[in-house]
Amino acid sequence: MDLKDLYRDVILDHNRSPRNFGRLDSPDGRADGHNPLCGDELSVFVRLAGERVEDIRFEGKGCAISTASASLMTEAVKGKDRAAIRELFERVHTLLTRADAPPDITLGKLAALSGVREFPARVKCASLCWHTLNAALEHGPATISTE
Amino acid sequence: MAANPARTPTPSTYDVERVRRDFPILSTTVNGHPLVYLDSAASAQRPLQVLRAVEDYETHSHANVHRGVHALSQAATAAYEGARERVRRFINAGSTREIIFTRGTTEAINLVAQAWARNRLHAGDEILITALEHHANIVPWQMVCEQTGCTLKVAPINRRGELEFEAFLKLLGPRTRLVAVAHVSNALGTILPVERIVAAAHAAGALVLIDGAQAVPHARVDVRALGADFYTFSGHKLYAPTGIGVLYGRQELLTAMPPWQGGGDMILTVSFEKSTYNDLPWKFEAGTPNMSGAVGLAAAMDYIESLGIDAIAAHEAHLLELATAALTNIPGIELIGTAAHKAAVLSFTMKGVHAHDLGTILDSQGVAVRTGHHCAMPVMTFFGVPATARASFGCYNTEGEVAALVSALRKAREVFG
Repeated sequence: MDLKDLYRDVILDHNRSPRNFGRLDSPDGRADGHNPLCGDELSVFVRLAGERVEDIRFEGKGCAISTASASLMTEAVKGKDRAAIRELFERVHTLLTRADAPPDITLGKLAALSGVREFPARVKCASLCWHTLNAALEHGPATISTE
Repeated sequence: MAANPARTPTPSTYDVERVRRDFPILSTTVNGHPLVYLDSAASAQRPLQVLRAVEDYETHSHANVHRGVHALSQAATAAYEGARERVRRFINAGSTREIIFTRGTTEAINLVAQAWARNRLHAGDEILITALEHHANIVPWQMVCEQTGCTLKVAPINRRGELEFEAFLKLLGPRTRLVAVAHVSNALGTILPVERIVAAAHAAGALVLIDGAQAVPHARVDVRALGADFYTFSGHKLYAPTGIGVLYGRQELLTAMPPWQGGGDMILTVSFEKSTYNDLPWKFEAGTPNMSGAVGLAAAMDYIESLGIDAIAAHEAHLLELATAALTNIPGIELIGTAAHKAAVLSFTMKGVHAHDLGTILDSQGVAVRTGHHCAMPVMTFFGVPATARASFGCYNTEGEVAALVSALRKAREVFG
């Protein structure tokens, strides 16, 4: 187990300076994610143009893995439609959980999260933002979720 | 609990290396490093003396208790009831009738909540706790409040993590029926002034339950000297197995309480018209109990007394003092909980590094600490942190392990820049 595999420069950078951090006024969807085990709290806000995520923000408090993962996610999904996001989530999930997963060059910067799979206790930190995004998208263009 | 034992050096007679040889798990290697186990406040490790007592019971003495005339049933009953007597002596209770075996502290508190509070409290009555409590000493009372309409009051703490005693006294009044407090805070290590709390509560006509889960491993507890009405603790924080714990209750209170759970062992006679309940303590022990756990708990108490609880406390106080000084010198470390009277618990945060990341980095160096809210979310909220890292010391920890913690924390600083 090598710490450098987990805390790569990309992760540390996105933790220090998370992208798309903050809220969206009157979002088309929002959801709150919570990891009671470690106290991570995350809210994801999306603005949709039809099926496409036109804009996305997140805010919350969490560890470096959850913050960096959320930041990387917002960069990766902005401009993509729901189907493409679902497909991307599946590939990220494989990356996080499957030790035998072949390198996936199409993931771009998200591939920096591959070290997480060596740390099973931390997989939930990295996947929390994706589950929260899913919930935000499920609530559809007219609905604002949970609160 | 004794006055603050800090600034007491480890007694030269306390041979920690010999103690460590009693704990096989401590020779484990974690991620290529020798294990540095600093999580005894979550669960302590077991010495060979406990492991062997449990094995001996399972190998030679196991059958169901209180049920048979055959030899093994009698041996099991003797072992189980012998353990009860051992517990009685350990906390200096007046009678084994006052020692109820439970699954742990949580079950012991729930027993009092359901068998005492739920039957006696009404709308207008109050239960007073403190802002330091573990969830196990909050949620059972919230449930009672929902069931009876009584109200939960919370005495505040200050920025050092100490109970605000004057504010506590102001909240204590004629409506207060029960005061439920930790003896030692699990999240911060604060030792509460339980003697003063008991005196004030009794003067106000309230009963007192003390959650002693974090106290019994670190100091001599005498329930009669304390004047506690109920005292609860868990085996697994006391170098004994999980799944066994104790409710001590004053006999007259337990006698007046109805049973909590019904079933075998808690009855004298059963017919479809009416059943009669067993005497104390068995009235509160429905079903086949955890005999091997009780035997392990008794062995752990023997073990602790063989080392000397005062010697253990002095050794831990020495480690706490060393660690407190060392952590204060690491840039960005903030200690959470700096009470004047503390048990061997060090809760802290590192600027710019979330507790969860700290936990992973420390683990990569073989150092096991607890990270998170420590089942005390209101404490975290009070200090404005989502989580802390918590190092806690037991009878087997060493000065070298304090140094290993410090070096692992410097590693974390290095990784995060």
